[in-house]
Amino acid sequence: MLHDRDRIFTNLFGQDDWRLAAARRRGVWDDTKSLILRGRDAIIDEVKKSDLRGRGGAGFPTGLKWSFMPKQSDGRPSFLVVNADESEPGTCKDRDILRFDPHRLLEGCLVAGFAMGASACYIYIRGEFYNEASNVQLAIDEAYEAGLIGKNACGSGYDYDIYLHRGAGAYICGEETALLESLEGKKGMPRLKPPFPAAVGLYGCPTTVNNVETIAVVPTILRRGVDWWLGIGRPKNTGTKIFCISGHVNKPCNVEEAMGIPLRELIDRHAGGVRGGWDNLLAVIPGGSSVPCLPKPICDEVLMDFDSLREVKSGLGTAAVIVMDKSTDIIAAIARLSHFYMHESCGQCTPCREGTGWMWRMMERLVRGEAVPEEIDVLLQVAGEVEGHTICALGDAAAWPVQGLIRHFRPELERRIAESRSLRRAAE
Amino acid sequence: MSGPSISTGQPFLFTAENRERAERIIARYPKGRQHSAVIPLLDLAQRQNGGWLSHEAIAYVAELLQMAPMRALEVATFYTMFNLKPVGKHLIQVCRTTPCWLRGSDELTHACLSKLGVGMKEVTPDGLFSVMEVECLGACVNAPVVQVNDDLYEDLDPARMEALIEAFARGEKPPHGSQTGRMNSAPEGTWTTLIETVPAAGDD
Repeated sequence: MLHDRDRIFTNLFGQDDWRLAAARRRGVWDDTKSLILRGRDAIIDEVKKSDLRGRGGAGFPTGLKWSFMPKQSDGRPSFLVVNADESEPGTCKDRDILRFDPHRLLEGCLVAGFAMGASACYIYIRGEFYNEASNVQLAIDEAYEAGLIGKNACGSGYDYDIYLHRGAGAYICGEETALLESLEGKKGMPRLKPPFPAAVGLYGCPTTVNNVETIAVVPTILRRGVDWWLGIGRPKNTGTKIFCISGHVNKPCNVEEAMGIPLRELIDRHAGGVRGGWDNLLAVIPGGSSVPCLPKPICDEVLMDFDSLREVKSGLGTAAVIVMDKSTDIIAAIARLSHFYMHESCGQCTPCREGTGWMWRMMERLVRGEAVPEEIDVLLQVAGEVEGHTICALGDAAAWPVQGLIRHFRPELERRIAESRSLRRAAE
Repeated sequence: MSGPSISTGQPFLFTAENRERAERIIARYPKGRQHSAVIPLLDLAQRQNGGWLSHEAIAYVAELLQMAPMRALEVATFYTMFNLKPVGKHLIQVCRTTPCWLRGSDELTHACLSKLGVGMKEVTPDGLFSVMEVECLGACVNAPVVQVNDDLYEDLDPARMEALIEAFARGEKPPHGSQTGRMNSAPEGTWTTLIETVPAAGDD
């Protein structure tokens, strides 16, 4: 178990003030200049060595991503864009950083932006987070006032601006290129890659998009050292992670824990256990709505990190753990997610625009038991036609929950169909 | 420009104060990139217009940013927080996605509609309330949640939801956040983390 002394987000619950003075007491903005003076290459090198992987869902190595940015400008400015469009169902971790520890994020923005040679940073926050955006803006104003950002940031000789940008409700804007389109004042429709944002991003300039938590942990990694970070978790799955535990647990909460903590320990220790006890567990969605659910036998043993969850054909995603006990109609629970993806599809790619609607309608038939048994395979086929056939990962994200349901709960689907058939027959 | 937006027949102009705000917002983006301000300015226009965007408001923002009216309308229709029809003074948005549904969001929706005697997206005759369902609001460990205008109300049940509506109807603004009294996203009762007294992260 992680000790409090190894926790980065020491104001996760907002028990302390979020403003500059209190943030400084918690160690934020402590001689940030010396971190910058280490130089661009040294910072990127440290982040690479730390094996830090992106906290927004995909788990891409952060240092490697930064190294794609141009070393020398060709005349175009470079940008860091922070993805604070937290919208993955189950996920509410960045919200706590934004509202209770905004300076930790801003310090990360400066250090990361410097390392990749960015001249400015835009923080794209989902529109619904109005109060969170208000705290971030006030923190930005404080940081300018204190000379921490802006001209000669922290006395480092480096000029760096940070701007806040509020979205207006669209899950798709969490996809990095849709986010850039939105930031340019357009509909949030993902771009074809390549070119990747590091070559052609915001306003056609080199851009890196990183998640809030990813950026916020960087200064602490640099201060405490790579060895400290590597000592937490497992190889290639290093460091601490904020987990969001929701659904049928006794005490839903956010918690920062070590990567690789067993799922059962996470739920029992921090969330007061499954409602009705561990044996009352039906299934868990371990990484936000996009990843396939896991039935109890897998939950008994699985570790919470990128590679362990991939081995059981699911994923760590955003580390949003959605717990469902045996009272859950799991078909209806997944149908809700199908509705979500249908609602959030941007409509650009036909397989996703049409397929998400088909999947939802078929899921609803399965919920009501109106389907015939063959439809389960048709649904699987539709999911397969969407998966991998779209510009962005929303199509995959819509297919995976359905595929996970059929993989692990096909007997339940068949039982539902048989039951409602015999009910209908009895009624006739 | 026509289609999904409703014309009021009245011209729309920012107030002097909002005009200044708009200038400050536009200044956040590089010169020539003022289109980036379309979402923030539509939001500002919506606030000034009583919670929804009229045809005239959208056209006004487009003109201010020197963009084709169609481009602004596209943005206004793409993003769910823009309302293209009048809404109640208190717009209640009930989160319907799985983490909230697992903890009773359907009951909240039902409580809202039956308490107010309206259908989905209908405005109450006094203009005070309207109710809609929305997808994940991003406060899942405090489920079920609703958003009323800018504020999230968390850890609700039908009785607490009804009490909230009564408070708004009396003209009060109940404190947002958890309605059970727990601290934000911390677990109810005894904490399992952040209890040791620790030195600041930079001290070692």
